[in-house]
Amino acid sequence: MKPIALVIDDELQIRRLLGVALEGAGYLVREAESGSHGLQAVSTLRPDVILLDLGLPDLDGLTVLRRLREWSRTPVVILTVRDAEEDKVVALDAGADDYVTKPFSTAELLARLRAAQRRAQPREESAVFSQGGLTVDLVARTVHRDGAEVKLTATEWSLLAMLIRHAGRILTHRQILREVWGPNAEEHREYLRVYFTHLRRKVERDSAKPELIINEPGVGYRLRFGPA
Amino acid sequence: MREDSRPDPDALLAAIRADDAKARRGRLRIFFGMCPGVGKTYAMLEAAQRKIAERVEVVVGVVETHGRAETEALLEGMPIVPRAKVEYRGTVLEEMDFEAIMLWHPRLVVVDELAHTNAPGSRHPKRYQDVLELLDAGIDVFTTLNVQHVESRTDTVRQFTGVTVRETVPDSLLDVAEEIELVDLTPEQLRQRLSEGKVYFGERAATAGDNFFRESNLIALREMALRLMAEHVDRRLRSLQPMLHREPWRSSDRLLVAVSASPHSAEMVRWTRRYAASLEVPWIAVAVETSEPLGAEDEKRRSANLALASQLGAEVVLTSGTHIGEALLLAAQQHGVTQMVLGKPDGPPWRWLWRSRSPVVWLIQHSGRIDLQLVRTEGGEASSQKMAGESRPGRLYQYVVVLGIAAAATLFSVLILPLVGYWSVALIYLLTVTIAGVLLRRGPTLLLAALSAMLWNFLFIPPRFTFSITEPHDVMMFAMFFVVALAVGHLTSLIRDRERLEHRRELRAMALYQLTRRLAASTSRDETVREVLAQIKKVFGLNAAVLLRDDSGAFPGTPHHESTWMPSAKEEGVAAWAFQRKRPAGHRTDALPDADGLHLPLLVGDRVEGVLAVEMRPDTVLAPEQRELLGAFASQLAIVAEIQRLAVVQRHAQVLMESERLQKTLFDSVSHELKTPIAAISAALEQPEVNWEEIRAANQRLRRTVEHLLSATRIESGRVKPVPEWCEPGELAREACTMAAAGDRVQLDVDPGVPLLRVDSGLTTQVLATLVENALTHGASPAPAVLTVRHDADKVRFDVADCGPGLPPGTEEKVFEKFFRLPGAPTGGVGLGLFIARQLAEVQGGTLSAENRPAGGARFVLTLPIGGKPQLPE
Repeated sequence: MKPIALVIDDELQIRRLLGVALEGAGYLVREAESGSHGLQAVSTLRPDVILLDLGLPDLDGLTVLRRLREWSRTPVVILTVRDAEEDKVVALDAGADDYVTKPFSTAELLARLRAAQRRAQPREESAVFSQGGLTVDLVARTVHRDGAEVKLTATEWSLLAMLIRHAGRILTHRQILREVWGPNAEEHREYLRVYFTHLRRKVERDSAKPELIINEPGVGYRLRFGPA
Repeated sequence: MREDSRPDPDALLAAIRADDAKARRGRLRIFFGMCPGVGKTYAMLEAAQRKIAERVEVVVGVVETHGRAETEALLEGMPIVPRAKVEYRGTVLEEMDFEAIMLWHPRLVVVDELAHTNAPGSRHPKRYQDVLELLDAGIDVFTTLNVQHVESRTDTVRQFTGVTVRETVPDSLLDVAEEIELVDLTPEQLRQRLSEGKVYFGERAATAGDNFFRESNLIALREMALRLMAEHVDRRLRSLQPMLHREPWRSSDRLLVAVSASPHSAEMVRWTRRYAASLEVPWIAVAVETSEPLGAEDEKRRSANLALASQLGAEVVLTSGTHIGEALLLAAQQHGVTQMVLGKPDGPPWRWLWRSRSPVVWLIQHSGRIDLQLVRTEGGEASSQKMAGESRPGRLYQYVVVLGIAAAATLFSVLILPLVGYWSVALIYLLTVTIAGVLLRRGPTLLLAALSAMLWNFLFIPPRFTFSITEPHDVMMFAMFFVVALAVGHLTSLIRDRERLEHRRELRAMALYQLTRRLAASTSRDETVREVLAQIKKVFGLNAAVLLRDDSGAFPGTPHHESTWMPSAKEEGVAAWAFQRKRPAGHRTDALPDADGLHLPLLVGDRVEGVLAVEMRPDTVLAPEQRELLGAFASQLAIVAEIQRLAVVQRHAQVLMESERLQKTLFDSVSHELKTPIAAISAALEQPEVNWEEIRAANQRLRRTVEHLLSATRIESGRVKPVPEWCEPGELAREACTMAAAGDRVQLDVDPGVPLLRVDSGLTTQVLATLVENALTHGASPAPAVLTVRHDADKVRFDVADCGPGLPPGTEEKVFEKFFRLPGAPTGGVGLGLFIARQLAEVQGGTLSAENRPAGGARFVLTLPIGGKPQLPE
């Protein structure tokens, strides 16, 4: 059975374009041109993935997202215009899974959709994470880089463990700060810079060209998971 | 044409009518009578009812019915503006609500009793001033007036009724009136009405009938009213038929009235107004300022007299001189006066004929072709300024000093008499007289001269201790001494007076000169205001506020911040009035005289630049010359303020021109940059085999153009607000390379020791990406571009170097200008990239510059301040 993708966007041209691209990639595409229609469609169609535009005519995208998250865990990828970092961050904090900036490339969009779907699927909680020469045993609390053991401080461990638990997904600065340092630290992004620099030196093969811990400028970090 | 954009003809018509109403002055109709009770109010209300029948919007501002039933009946169906309650010293007074009427703005308002005096604290002291403002606002006014309230008739009324009328209306108001309607009753009819109780009730009716309403009074009042009416009609008629009644000889006549601090001066001013009105000639009121300063009381009275003259239509002239007659004559000659009006000296003729210095006598002798009118006033010589003040302590003190000097000189003379003889003693006395003439007033000096002569005669001329002189040469000597002493005393004090006057004049000129010089040197508004206020403080010892118009020409909400006085909200209201009406207001003026401040509009021609508000204490009295100087200050300030404002306007215009030029450049280059890729896309699509590569390239170009335009717009409108956070410089460099799609063509060289940097990551990445893109585009060389990141003291330095041809000499700065493109640069781009990059660097406190490398190629250097040390959790 084909996965269902719901596109909530008020612009006909974008909907048509996304329709062509997604159908080509094997999705069954449904459209909604307003926030309220979108919410209705989610409850009746039960889509597998949702593409939500933040600038909608009736309810704004963020409100739609918050209402949706009250009862549904369906993966949501946000469509935003460029230079609206703050909107992205707020949307991610509100429960969005990923974002794509307009104008976007179709290939990138499809990759993000696939990743979001993959994460949403129930998977076995594996005690060992392995990616690009890094092996982490979450139970034994050990880290190996290309076979050699790496010593992490308690904070570095918390950061890495959090990234692994959400592997592939963007974590906003605020989310990380809140979980690792507590709600009072939410505004202290400098903590992240300092600790991620240290962490990268220990876990990346070449800290000048990081391959595992990816920076999402102005938004947060993501741990690379899987091929792309 | 779209339907909704077409103007509605009705709306247009309404707008035109509204404009008309604004431009139009209200019409005044006066219901004029000889005394109360003739039925003016009744006639006025009847006329108003007729207007209502004609569907004119009429409201009643104020009407006193005095309980007369017929009058009250006429008020039926008329909207009445409720009276305002004014609290004054614990009692609540009811006044016409002027503000409410202005707000209501009816077509016609009915205002009873024009001569009424408003409660203190009202907008204007007099009701007729309210009416004038209503007329200015384009509202028609019906009002009532009795003849005894006409300013120029008050003296006459007092003479035959014995009643002093305090509530007066200037005669000029009658000229303002479009129509004057006489409401007339014969004295018998009026007395009839009075006895029937139709005017006053009960006891009051009886007393009124006995006193004011005596038949003789009524006849005289009626005659005055009729005469005034006739004069008015005559004037109207003549103004309507100018050809028939041209009387050219009259136009050359001009009257002058001398104004002093004397209370009789006011009477003379009124007389002159009547006389001038009957001759229909202009008149001037002249006050002479002598070296002897007036006391505060005199000063106040003289100001009041001058204000009266100005109110009655005179041109007020201030002049100065030691001799009043001379000064008056000079002023008369300068202003082409043909007749002078002077107060007739009273008392027996020998008293004033002997006073040869009396200005009147002097003028009789010297006036030449100018006619003199000597007007009898009740007791007193009007043009003499020696009214009060004879007993002022200063003068008394000087007489005491004179006695002292005389005693000292005598003592000294007695001591040296044996050595020098009594003739030399005369010279000692003469010396003291000369010195006294320099130091003291004329009176004491002349007293000393006389005293010296007497003392010399009595004590020194033989036979001593008698007033008799035996030797003929002593007689001659004494006579000569007497004359010389008097002449010396007179001359020295004359010189002293002139000098003192000169000095005061010079002080004023100096103050004005200094102000002018400082203002000329001031470059900013702040400085100008500061200088003016400092001078006012220095010269007058007063604090002041300056309120300058805003850019749209409206009254400013707050005083200039350099002001030394903070006017209250009420005072600001007065200032606003002065601003709008372009007339002085406040302290001792005829508008809002209860205010604490004197508010002078800053006028240049008829343009108003603002208001100079000077704080006055209740006891502050400005002499006319000080008031004039203050006015001169205000004019200076107005001129400079206007020049400075216009300079700003001009600068704005220049900026506007520059921005227009830019806009044209922008339009040209942007339309080119947008059209070219679109043309490319269209062409690519029309080919049989769609050329995707072309479309992709064109698309890329379009995207970049749009982004650059949006960024530039955001920067220019100041909407770019960096959000600094701690960033890793290496990471910024990597992201920039990713953003510029540099791939392997850029070599990254990051010093591992570079600290964290507190900048806006998004903006910084954008700057670096632009530099990298540039290096890749222009550095057309197979060797890769190099991006190095180095720690440099308290900064981090990013170098983007390429191995291209480098920048043409002299363009290192130009490349950062808007819309600048290197000649021969590859096509594409609007020339905004580097402009945006530099702006983004600068909003973060960084710098961006370009240079040519010695080894060839260009290098762009971005430095950003580190911004301290990141705070770390424990």
